Amino acid sequence: MKHQEALLTLTLRLGDNPLVLGHRLGEWCSKAPILEEDLALTNMALDMIGRAEVLLRYAALIEGKNHTEDDLAYKRGERKFYNHLIVEQPNGNFAFTIARQLYVSLYEFLYYSELMNSKDETLSAIAHKAIKEIKYHLKHASDWTIRLGDGTDERHHKMQEAINELWMFTGELFESDEVDEQMSELGIAPYPADLIGKWKTELIDILSEAKLSLPEESYMQTGSRNGIHTEYLGYILADMQYLQRAYPNAKW
Amino acid sequence: MENIKDTQWPIWEVFIQSQAGTPYKHAGSVHGSDKEIAMQNARDTYFRRNEGTSIWLVPTDCIVASNPDDAEMFFDPSNDKAYRHPTFYTMPEGALNI
Repeated sequence: MKHQEALLTLTLRLGDNPLVLGHRLGEWCSKAPILEEDLALTNMALDMIGRAEVLLRYAALIEGKNHTEDDLAYKRGERKFYNHLIVEQPNGNFAFTIARQLYVSLYEFLYYSELMNSKDETLSAIAHKAIKEIKYHLKHASDWTIRLGDGTDERHHKMQEAINELWMFTGELFESDEVDEQMSELGIAPYPADLIGKWKTELIDILSEAKLSLPEESYMQTGSRNGIHTEYLGYILADMQYLQRAYPNAKW
Repeated sequence: MENIKDTQWPIWEVFIQSQAGTPYKHAGSVHGSDKEIAMQNARDTYFRRNEGTSIWLVPTDCIVASNPDDAEMFFDPSNDKAYRHPTFYTMPEGALNI
């Protein structure tokens, strides 16, 4: 695979994740259990949209077709999106949102800690900025996991249910293909499969403090690395891209 | 009028320091189930626009406030005692840093 093509795929994957998860978290606006939490979730959404913006801008530059980050966000078809399936899953109840965030933020924390040392200066700079936000997202998610898991019976039950239901989307975080091989050999990005050990160890620490159990190994969902998604992404894109599709090139 | 009871979590008063060395100023209050959650909520509510570098939180019910009914007794007596301000002294020559 050509270097440029691999770097573009990597950057699109990195950019699409926060774009879609930011959109999901934004859906909590005005609906969170308490005003302060409403602000927390939408703050995180903004962190993610901001990260998506710089990553997709870089992707557009690598692509070299005079596209902007907005073109990539609003005019790309579903099959060309490479975000992990877990980030497009609906918010569900609050426990579900927290479980999704815990899985993702713990992964991102490990991934971006290594991405800071990337030989690609742009990715390294983006990682240095993002890691501070990610640390906060992880703290927020793990604090809530512990409070819900180690709470009343109902809280514990809902939290465990969320942890179990989302488990099948976690295998995908560590899938590694030709792009990852090429990028990690050049010292540009970490090799996702290498992160699973640490991820599990740290996850077990958090879950045991929360008095929750790690789900049993089971069938893992897959597809996003090839642009195959669950039914939910299409609805997100319809929502997100409606304006640019209905009124092409409309300006703010 | 009937008091409306706050059915949410305990309230915490938020004090923020805009830069190291300056006094903490009261910013407002947040709800928080415990001190960690209150701290996160304070951060998310009052620190979105680079407001500062440090936060103090105090449970609202730990704050002892003066009673408005006592205001006359407490504060008025100092109204007419201008001599308590150090404005009647001439500065000695050569004293630079007073």
